[in-house]
Amino acid sequence: MQFGLTESQEFLKNSARQFFAGECPSAEMRRLMATDTAYDAVLWSKLADQGYTGIIYPEAYGGVSLGKVELMLLLEEAGRALLPGPFFSTVVLAGSVLDAVGTPAHKKQYLEPICKGEVRSTVAILEAGASWNLQDIQLGASNGKLNGEKLFVPDAAVADFLIVIARNGIFLVNAEARGLTISPMSGMDLTRKLYVVRFNNTPVEEIGPNLDLARALDISTAALAAELVGGMQRTLDVTVEYAKTRKQFGKPIGMFQAVQHQCADMYLETESSRSAVYYAGWALEENAPDAATAVSIAKMYCSDAARTVGNRGIQIHGGMGFTWENDLHLYYRRAKASETAFGDATFHRERIASMVIDSGSVSAKSA
Amino acid sequence: MDLNLTAEESAFRDELHGWLAANAPQDWNEWREKPLDESFSYLRAWQRKLHEGRWAAVSWPKEYGGRSATLMQQALFWEEMARVDAPPMVNALGLGLIGPTIIACGTDAQKERYIRKILSAEEIWCQGFSEPNAGSDLAGLQTEARLDGDHYIVNGQKVWTSYGSFGDWCELVVRTDPGVAKHKGLTVLLVDMKSPGVEVRPLRQMTGESEFSELFFRDVRVPAENTLGKVNDGWNVAMSTLMYERGSYGARLHLIFKRFITRLIELARTVQRNGRPAAEDPLIRQKLAQLSAEIEIMRFNQMRAFSRITATGVPGPEGSLQKIFWSELNQRLQQIAQELLGSYGQLLGGDPHAIDNGIWSYAYLRTRGNTIEAGTSEVQRNIIGHFVLGLPRSY
Repeated sequence: MQFGLTESQEFLKNSARQFFAGECPSAEMRRLMATDTAYDAVLWSKLADQGYTGIIYPEAYGGVSLGKVELMLLLEEAGRALLPGPFFSTVVLAGSVLDAVGTPAHKKQYLEPICKGEVRSTVAILEAGASWNLQDIQLGASNGKLNGEKLFVPDAAVADFLIVIARNGIFLVNAEARGLTISPMSGMDLTRKLYVVRFNNTPVEEIGPNLDLARALDISTAALAAELVGGMQRTLDVTVEYAKTRKQFGKPIGMFQAVQHQCADMYLETESSRSAVYYAGWALEENAPDAATAVSIAKMYCSDAARTVGNRGIQIHGGMGFTWENDLHLYYRRAKASETAFGDATFHRERIASMVIDSGSVSAKSA
Repeated sequence: MDLNLTAEESAFRDELHGWLAANAPQDWNEWREKPLDESFSYLRAWQRKLHEGRWAAVSWPKEYGGRSATLMQQALFWEEMARVDAPPMVNALGLGLIGPTIIACGTDAQKERYIRKILSAEEIWCQGFSEPNAGSDLAGLQTEARLDGDHYIVNGQKVWTSYGSFGDWCELVVRTDPGVAKHKGLTVLLVDMKSPGVEVRPLRQMTGESEFSELFFRDVRVPAENTLGKVNDGWNVAMSTLMYERGSYGARLHLIFKRFITRLIELARTVQRNGRPAAEDPLIRQKLAQLSAEIEIMRFNQMRAFSRITATGVPGPEGSLQKIFWSELNQRLQQIAQELLGSYGQLLGGDPHAIDNGIWSYAYLRTRGNTIEAGTSEVQRNIIGHFVLGLPRSY
């Protein structure tokens, strides 16, 4: 048993870190954040050149067939750089839905261009009730048409096609389709844009029944938690650096235990989040019986930890932490948006409860 | 990353599994609740049996009676022991901390003299580190040893000594050079507890029992050859012992905590709250789910740490994370048990109305010690701050 990264996993993680540091440094992240869509075609083609846009998908569709642990590592590094734009929406969310429910023909037509970096996409799930419970979805297609609206759809404005989760199936809508309107919502996270998507007799293509969606959503949920780990690590790193250099009363503030112990707690929360995310990635890859529980454990813990790590980081930075110029609030905004996306900690605790209290017990793969 | 067992790990577990099935005592429940002075010879016999099967100290090198087990195999060992609810090993400090330190720092003669009797529980060891005025600030300890010919004369007092009343030998940290900076003048001595001038007084703790003792040394003569490691290098010797403490302490906790949460979930199905089983109460469900999740994360953290230690070769300061995590989790767990049990939670063992014979009231009180013993949470956060994060020393 070996709960450490293999050499090739370390290599992937390190090269992703270097890639994002080089191609998406803070200044570039802020430039993209200030645009309407946070999307940049040049950056996107570089992501595709790295193989990142097809990371976990079969080679038959232009992917590179890596595992879910590798996906976690890539998203962790993307989260550390606060990568703006539709990478998560397209590659993780839309890609994993297509991979799970699409026919080979659908995958050839829609997943392959995602892998090759030729298109952007997203998945529309939430409605006015903002419930992550798929049973609450009301929108339904009839006669091959959709009428109604979806809310909180990430990166919809740059999507070439949208995947819509309806109560009677999973449907694909072309961005050019008749009766489709996409209008921005003003969300706290400036690096990941949200939209209202309205359908008015919009023609759709059915790509599958609702049944197999759980796994695709579990992959996306774990990957979002991995992003949060990267954000926490970045927040911890800059905070520790600040605590070493900022002086008050003639000493670095990191010498004061009130500050130092908060840093220690940030470390504990970050490392524990990372353990939970890596385990979830491994459980998903192995189709372990506790994979769904492991995903909920990771999302639950990371949702809370990302917020508290952000709280501590801003507090330790004092007045500097409260300024617009400091990047901390951008990570903090992402953490808040991701906290609720795919279910907040309360949602996942109830999901864990239903698995451990109502039906048997949670058990990590037993040593 | 591969969390499946290797062939060697499976073979190790299967061999242990078979051995425990044939040898683990079936009557432990009859002894479990008795005070240690009554169950002591029972536990000593159990450790002797483990030693005969070469299972007493699997982490030790083969040439010293161990199995040179990897950290993962050690984790498997503790999990299997917990799974069959095997009794504890009575020479826990000798096996877990002091033996490894003697193997690492001792002379050949010392290894020859002490190691085998630690394994067989023929000689029980205790640890004389903390003092009334030297707890977290261990380097401030004052028990002094003055060289007199080929003997040291030891005077001073130790406190919070586990197994003090049963100890045949003690790993004692003393000050041999008062003239230098405080951690530089320390030496570790191996002290025969039957030496004239050694007095042991049980220390009654807030749970009412006495797990620990106070030790008093008055002109105790210790042969100079009983020095472990170099004279005035005792700080490094003691620290290597504490690293073992933080490295291996948590391995068995997962199953123990899991037994707690499984029992709490069972109780939640029968305890009523607002006219329905507590297991259906949304708030209780949230709390039980949080605990279940953190118990798993504790295990993930441990597995990651074991893999890292296996790669680097030594337990590092990251062990402080595990210590904070499990001790504070145990306190939250026991608090939630109290919330769930309501008025019944307070009942002590022996009360006819007590649930599970009062283990919940006992555990609630006992967990207050978890964030103090083996390094307080504050000291662990100092270690993380300074040694892991590289922040300036705060003290």
